[in-house]
Formats: sequence, C-alpha cells, structure tokens
Amino acid sequence: MKPHTLSILVENKAGVLSRVTGLFSRRGFNIESLAVGPCEEPGMSRITIVVIGDDAKVEQIMKQLNKLIDIIKVSDLTENERVERELALIKVTAEQGTSRAEIMQIATIFRASIVDVSPKSLVLQVTGETDKINALEKILRQYGVKEFVRTGMIGILRGSKMISGGK
Amino acid sequence: MKTGAKILVESLLREGTEIIFGYPGGVVLPIYDELYDSPLRHLLVRHEQAAAHAADGYARASGRVGVCLATSGPGACNLVTGIATSYMDSTPVVAITGQVPTNLLGNDAFQESDITGITLPITKHNYLVKSAGDIGRVVQEAFYIASTGRPGPVLIDIPKDVSTGMAEDVKLPEKVTLRGYNPTYKGHKRQIEKALELLSHAERPLIYAGGGIISSNASPELIEFATLATIPVTTTLMGIGCIPCHHPLNLGMLGMHGTEYANFAVTECDLMFAIGARFDDRVTGRIDTFAPHAKIIHIDIDPAEIGKNKRIDVPIVGDVKAVLKDILTLMKKQDAHDIWLKKIKHWKQHHPLKCPSTGGLHPQFVIRTLSDLVKEKAVIVSEVGQNQMWTAQHFCFHNPRTWITSGGLGTMGFGFPAGIGVHFARPDVPTFVIAGDGSIQMNIQEMGTVAASKIPVKIAILNNMYLGMVRQWQELFFDRRYSFTELPAVDFVKIGNAYGIEGIRVETPEDVLPAFQASLDCDGPFVMDFRIEREENVFPMVPAGAAINEMIGGHPR
Repeated sequence: MKPHTLSILVENKAGVLSRVTGLFSRRGFNIESLAVGPCEEPGMSRITIVVIGDDAKVEQIMKQLNKLIDIIKVSDLTENERVERELALIKVTAEQGTSRAEIMQIATIFRASIVDVSPKSLVLQVTGETDKINALEKILRQYGVKEFVRTGMIGILRGSKMISGGK
Repeated sequence: MKTGAKILVESLLREGTEIIFGYPGGVVLPIYDELYDSPLRHLLVRHEQAAAHAADGYARASGRVGVCLATSGPGACNLVTGIATSYMDSTPVVAITGQVPTNLLGNDAFQESDITGITLPITKHNYLVKSAGDIGRVVQEAFYIASTGRPGPVLIDIPKDVSTGMAEDVKLPEKVTLRGYNPTYKGHKRQIEKALELLSHAERPLIYAGGGIISSNASPELIEFATLATIPVTTTLMGIGCIPCHHPLNLGMLGMHGTEYANFAVTECDLMFAIGARFDDRVTGRIDTFAPHAKIIHIDIDPAEIGKNKRIDVPIVGDVKAVLKDILTLMKKQDAHDIWLKKIKHWKQHHPLKCPSTGGLHPQFVIRTLSDLVKEKAVIVSEVGQNQMWTAQHFCFHNPRTWITSGGLGTMGFGFPAGIGVHFARPDVPTFVIAGDGSIQMNIQEMGTVAASKIPVKIAILNNMYLGMVRQWQELFFDRRYSFTELPAVDFVKIGNAYGIEGIRVETPEDVLPAFQASLDCDGPFVMDFRIEREENVFPMVPAGAAINEMIGGHPR
C-alpha cells in the first residue's frame, strides 16, 4: 500500500468529476487528495488524484477509468520523476509579542509568505510537497492553528516528457 | 426546423431501429405524439422494467441494439434493473428517458429523478441532452458506444423542453469519432505468437469460452480453432451455444453447476485459453485453485478484464473474432491431444449429468423433452434460479443467440419480458420462456402485453411452490430451515386465461410432450404450468468457497 498520484485528462463536461470519483468510492478507495482545473487544451480539464492502494488495485482502477468515454488519458505519475506541489493557507493565532516573531521566523524557514495580518492572527501561505506542509502545520500547532486550508496535490513530469496525449 | 421529438424518432430510424419497447408518461408525451404516426414500431409493455428487459432480449437474440423508452422519475427508475442486467452481461441497449424541463432540473419537480446520476455505475455511458440540436449527434454516439468494443447499455435523458424545442437538421458524420473511446480490435501479433508457442508445448489444453464469443459472432472461428487444434471447449453460462452441444469437443458448462467433466478438465489442464470470459466467481469457485496447473491465455476486448481476478500469462486484448482469425492464420499444424481427449472421454462416460426418472415429474425431463421436440428450431429464454440451471444443463443448444439468460446480475423477472423482445428479433422460430413459479411472478403483468399484441411466447413454468434455488441452499447449508422460500400454490393457467391466454397444467411425465405440442399448435402465447417434484435440486454443485473439482451431488470418482 503506497500513495499513487494519478493524473487524469478529461473532457470538461458536466458530470465528469462524479464519474471519476464514483469509480473510486465504488471500489472502496478513499481519495486522499483531489485537484481539478483547466489545462493546456481548450475544452479539457486535468484531475489529479492521490489514492493509497496496492499496485494491482490501482492498476485495475486506472483501467476502469480508461473505459469512461469522457476520459482521454490516465497516467500514474508515481512511476516517474516528477514535481508535486500543493498550496496551503494556515491561519495561526499570533498575539503581539514573541510568538508573532517566532511564527514569522518559521515562515521564513519554510519559505512561506504572510498573506494576511490582523491584531490576533496571521495567515501563512505555503507551497510544497505534502510532507513539508504537514511539517509546517505541525510546528505551528503550538501557537494555535485556527484554520488550515489546502488545495489538492498537483503534479507534472520532469523533463520534456508529457502526461497528455491520446489513449 | 423540427422538434427534438421528431429528430429523436428520425435518428432512431436512421440507426436501423425496428421496434422500441416503452411506456408513456408526462414528459415523454411529445415523443409519444411523434410515434403515433411514425413507421417506427412501438410495443406497449405493462411495466417499464419489462421494456428494458425486452430491449435486452431483442439485442441478445439479434445482435443489434435494443431500444426502450420510459418517462421521467418512476418510469426511468423502473428501467434501472433492466439496464443493470444489460451492463453486467454486456448487451447493446439504448435506454431513452424523459426528464423534467431544464428550468425545473434539480428542483425536486414532479416525477423528477436524477437518472443519469442513478445509472452512472450501470451504463457504459449516459447523456443528459440540453438542446434539441444535440439529439441527432447524441443518438448516433449512443448507438455507436452501445454496439462497439465491449457492448453495453447507454442512457439518453431528454428533458421535456428539449423534445419540444426546435432545431435545424444537423449534418452528422459518416463515422463517429470519440477521442476518449477507441476500442482495440486487432490482437497484438507478438502476443498471439506467444500463445501459439505455449499451445505447441501443451499436452492438456482447454478452451474456456464465454459470452464474448457470442457477442462478437465468433462461434465459427472458435469451432474451427478447437477442431484444428483438438482442444476441448467448456463454456460459461453466457457462452452456451457457441459450440453445438453434441460436438465431441464440447464439455458443456463449467463452474458452480457445471458438468463434472468440465470442472475436472479445468483442474487438470496445463494450458487454458480464456476467450471472451471474465473469471466470474460462479465460474471459478475458489480462485486460487482454479486451473492450478495451467498457463493462462486471456483473449478479451476489455483490457480491464485482464488480470482482474486471475493472474494471466499471455494477455491478448482484441475482438475475439479478429484474434481467433489471426490465430487460425498463424497456427501451424497441431498434434492431436489423444491422451487428454481419452481421459476426458472417460470422465464424460462415468460422470454424465443425472436425469432422475423415478417418482413424479422431474424438471430435467421437462427440459429434455422440449429439447428433443424443438431441436435447433427455437430460442430459449430462462428466468433465474433452478429453472435456469436445469435448462443450461439439459437443453441441447445448437447455435449462438438461441440461449438468452441473465448471467451476471441474475435478474429474476428477466426471462418473460426478455422473451417478448426475443420474439421480435426471431419471429421465424418459437420463443420458449423457462420460468420458475417465483420468477414468473416478478413480471407476470406482461401476460397483458403478450395477450394484447398476440405475441406467441410460450411460457413453461417449472412450478415447485418454492423459491427453489434459495430453498436448495437452505436445505444444504442452513439445516433445512426454509425461511420465507415457500410460495403458496398459484393456478397459472387461470391467470393466463384471465388475460386471454390459453394454457395447460401438467402433472405427469406422459403429459409433458403433448403440452409442448399444444403450445406449438397455438398461434398465440401459451402457458404451461408444470407441477414438478418440489424438492428437486440442481446437481452437481460446487459449494460456495470450494474448489470447482470439489462438487457435491455428482458421481463417485
């Protein structure tokens, strides 16, 4: 059992997301992360899904995804050299004083930026791989994380290799 | 400019539709108005579920796309069991449903249901049409998707304002191209060569033939391959008919109620060609003991079936007819597998299917009598349960598409309405429905349909006043605690008579043949109520979770 990052190129049509997610739930998979957005081709979207499962089960679900008419291409990025990122916004309790300074130092270490400031809180924006974001959230917990919002993970292959193309 | 409803009917005709099975209702009124004076035939059923099964039966018997039509909400929901049945057995059906007008969608309007959402997991694809101008293209695509690749049901949901909306005729392409749908038809040559290489070393090869042979019309190629390479053939429930019952290489059905010799052959073979089959649990029994000594070659048009249940040594993705043709071209002369065939012959002699002859009226005898009477001149449709297994075991099928049954979903209530569809696909031969007293009562209202339209479907009810297959399991595995499986006696002849259908009750073996003859002499539908031995079981049987050579109710080895 390991995380797989699946990149799915789909026609941007009503209902296509529920076709995709329905396949996962029907087979007992819990989707760890999901990100959807338009991509380089007009009329198409790319869905990036992270699931945890054994290789055979993930291979079966990819085959089932390929059978959906509105799906153009399914790739498992896990097998390739890739860049993966997600973005998180973290609202931390930050009263005036030392804790506020500490948080700002931590933000620098994580290359996070402060995107909102109020007398009692700060909002940090951070991008990176899942582990990095988890680490930042963990360290900020001692100051009081009021809210923690993250996008799903997105990924792209390194080098000139592409994930799109015909089935 | 034309209405969407007119475009719909014209599109169906353009796709070659002869008949649609349907039931009217509020939001399909514009479509029904268009059907009123259209050359497209429409058969009014008595329940939408029957329309879906009839379309399915038509598709299975003809190989063409079956079409059903229902209104929104309850009408559409009543199609669901039929659509799921088609999906599980990969049959080409286009289901058309009405929908509430687009401005009411999502409003919990009267008779609204999200039928595209509901049928998402049981259709190959579905459409919610948003404008009349899209109908022509959608119908063309739906027929293409339903009938190509691995066939399956496609649903088209049409809101009322779309069928009344006006649009210009749209010029449609000669051939549908869909970027996300490109089935593989031709098998990979290197893989075929690998398979033939394995065959040249095999001593005990076996073909495990499934419904894919029937849907790809590959029966002649299969028989030629089996004969040239002297490979015995066992068929799944869905594959029955792909090789004649009396063919010396035919081992009959395998699996839970398969023949002993077919299951022995699976367990002892050293090479298995799985062709258009999907290693269903009713076939394999305990999966790790299925074909334990065999290298497995799997030929299937659906890549998702390869390796789904069983590890495959040589996968060949492609249309089984095309792949078998290539195999025949590339295959060199094969040695006959004499020792293997001799062994199988021995099993066949010593482990035949049992047909009890003492005591009362036995269902096996009823089926064999019908088989001897009609020979290859009939299409046989079964319901689900003991009636289905007895027919699969004891009727001698000669040709593909003459055995129509719900395999994957096991839908009680399928047979009778499917038989109605079969009649329209094969009006040249009689259609017999073999039912149990349980399953016939799941769509018994269709007696109204066959009576009103004088559809000559012959209904043979194997009446044991039980839900027989469930009772059998209770007898064998639940200490004879017959929990809610006993059905009170029903006089099916009287029910038939009430609808205006002739019928006869049969209680002794001598009356079986005359009853079937009477049914053939009758121009219209006919009901036969066979009062069979109440606690007859289907044997042999592989208990759930056992290996398929561990059968009960067979002969001692």
